[in-house]
Amino acid sequence: MLEAHGLCKSYVSRRVVSDLCLSVRAGEIVGLLGPNGAGKSTTVAMLCGLVAADRGEVIVGSGAASERLAEGAQEAKRRIGVVPQELSIYENLGAAANLELFGALYGMHGKRLHDRVAAALALVGLADRAGDKPSTFSGGMKRRLNIACALVHDPDILILDEPTVGVDPQSRHAIFDNLESLRRSGKALLYTTHYMEEAERLCDRIVIVDHGKVVASDTLAGLAKRLPSTQTLEVEVDGLVDLAALGALPGIGHPVQEGGRLRASVADLGRDAPGLLSAIAAGGHRISRVASARADLEDVFLSLTGRALRD
Amino acid sequence: MTRSNTFTALRALVRKDLVLYFSNRRALIMTIAAPIVIAAFFGSLFGSGNRASRIPVALVDLDGSALSLQIAVGLHADAALDVRGMAEPAAVTAVGKGDVRAAIVLPAGFGTAAPRALLAGGSQPEIVIHFDPSQSVVLAMLEGLLAQHVMEVIGQSAFAGAGAPRADSPGTAAGSVTASPGAASGPRRGGAFSMPFSTKTLAATSAERPYNSYAHSFAGMSVQFILFMGIEVGVGVLLSRRLGLWKRLRAAPLSRGVLLGSHILSGALTALALLSIIYAAAMLVFRVRIDGSVAGFVGIAIAFALLASSFGLLIAALGKTPEATRGLAIFATLIMVMLGGAWVPSFVFPEWLQTASLVVPTRWAVDGLDAMTWRGLGWHAAIAPIGVLLAFSAFFAAIAIWRFDWEEPRS
Repeated sequence: MLEAHGLCKSYVSRRVVSDLCLSVRAGEIVGLLGPNGAGKSTTVAMLCGLVAADRGEVIVGSGAASERLAEGAQEAKRRIGVVPQELSIYENLGAAANLELFGALYGMHGKRLHDRVAAALALVGLADRAGDKPSTFSGGMKRRLNIACALVHDPDILILDEPTVGVDPQSRHAIFDNLESLRRSGKALLYTTHYMEEAERLCDRIVIVDHGKVVASDTLAGLAKRLPSTQTLEVEVDGLVDLAALGALPGIGHPVQEGGRLRASVADLGRDAPGLLSAIAAGGHRISRVASARADLEDVFLSLTGRALRD
Repeated sequence: MTRSNTFTALRALVRKDLVLYFSNRRALIMTIAAPIVIAAFFGSLFGSGNRASRIPVALVDLDGSALSLQIAVGLHADAALDVRGMAEPAAVTAVGKGDVRAAIVLPAGFGTAAPRALLAGGSQPEIVIHFDPSQSVVLAMLEGLLAQHVMEVIGQSAFAGAGAPRADSPGTAAGSVTASPGAASGPRRGGAFSMPFSTKTLAATSAERPYNSYAHSFAGMSVQFILFMGIEVGVGVLLSRRLGLWKRLRAAPLSRGVLLGSHILSGALTALALLSIIYAAAMLVFRVRIDGSVAGFVGIAIAFALLASSFGLLIAALGKTPEATRGLAIFATLIMVMLGGAWVPSFVFPEWLQTASLVVPTRWAVDGLDAMTWRGLGWHAAIAPIGVLLAFSAFFAAIAIWRFDWEEPRS
């Protein structure tokens, strides 16, 4: 649905994006992650047609209906909806009036526009506030209206640039529900965020960029496999366990005990966990609870991009 | 909190305000430059060291006598006047257009009648002065200068053959005439000279209505405040950039022409609506009338509305932050309005500035609105202002499109 091939962009002598490739398919949410200054915003701007790439191309659609995105590519632009990071709404126009304006920019009018405005407002839960001005809205409501403005022309592709910044948990979950609903309806969504739990919850695939390049692109599970251990096993036991013996077991790493809670990384949960539990039991310890946890995206992100601060 | 802590906090707060204020160098420069430039402008206009501009006056000599010729020579030589010889219809038209401030018409037979009236108390020939009613101060000054030159020439002529002047000298008579020509034109009393001529002043305005001083004020203030509206159009574009709205607009399948054109069009429509409302108020409350061509007035209004709008777009193209741009644009507008003659009539400017201000579009807007309202000129007088305003609009729009930074701020 949306494909970028070999995108490059430099400002003066500084290369901001270098040979970047990514794709988003219909019915898929792809997360675009990266530290500050990694080139995410420039990438998003190129994918929206706001900035011309020095090299490379962006293709919108597939097969015979595909079109190269460029400034004059009206049809390609028509298929994309953009949710900027900033609240890009007119505070002193009513919610419906905002949607009518942005729908009209895409050539919509009459009953179709009216119906789409109603549908977009309903999707984001603002149908009962259609006539109210955003200046009277809460931060979360404004964010939802910000998304609705990008949806009103019913685009195939939605590009969201950190759409939940400064939003309370309730509004954030409402936004997630909206986005999942859009995915189910077959839209292709590209989602940039700094919140790892958002990417974990929403994204089918995750693209991590750093220094203008894609450093990883995979499903969450695929990315997790890049870590030495993919799972953590947590066991509640009585007494002090012989950690050295556990560490010597195949597939078990870094066992740590804090009080009655023991944690160890497990290379393969199905293969290595039984051996770990058997060894604990064989030592005469009673096991009262076992839980496993997946290595999370933050671990992956930090392992790929490092822990140094970015400005 | 102890007194010492309070002082520390107070000092920190004051220091913060000073650092913030003085670190905004653009705003600081504007705050300092604006009063200096404006004060320098007014100081140079009214200061004693300034060489006053010569008042343009038309002279119509219907007499053609040696005496009227001498008067003409005297007027030409006067440092305060820029005298241009013309035929009467052309002179009246020039006053009406504002090309000259007044037209002096010396009647036929003046050279014979005036000396006779001085010495023998015969009927006074009448000098007609057509004047620009917006500049009545000039009329008083001109009447004084005219009386001085006429009396000088007639006195020399009369006494060259009549011997020495009498005790009540012409100089005394001229002085009284200059102060009050009407009173001095009374019947001759025993032994005294009579005023050798009378004057008739005619305001060059619509025949139906007297001059309305509000008309010029409304032209000037409309131009000023509609340009301020234009500034808001430009600042609005900069704000929409900051808010990300510009990003959303640019992501839509719209050409640059549509995006920028929409701003010009909406700005122009707003300006036109404002101008209409302001003039409606002027007409209803202050009895300002369009005594000239209504079509010409509408044309000038549309051309000026486009100018204000394209000026706003130029601001958006050249500006960086909304705050700094607003200050700079207000300063530029005040200068343009000042030079356009909206505050002080342009005839008090030095000659070079009167010429230089022709390259300021506000001068054409103010003069054009004046021409269509109280001057009562026809549509042909609107062509030049409309042309100049449209040319400036196109120029501003072209620079705006050329300099407009289309791409988003880099990250």
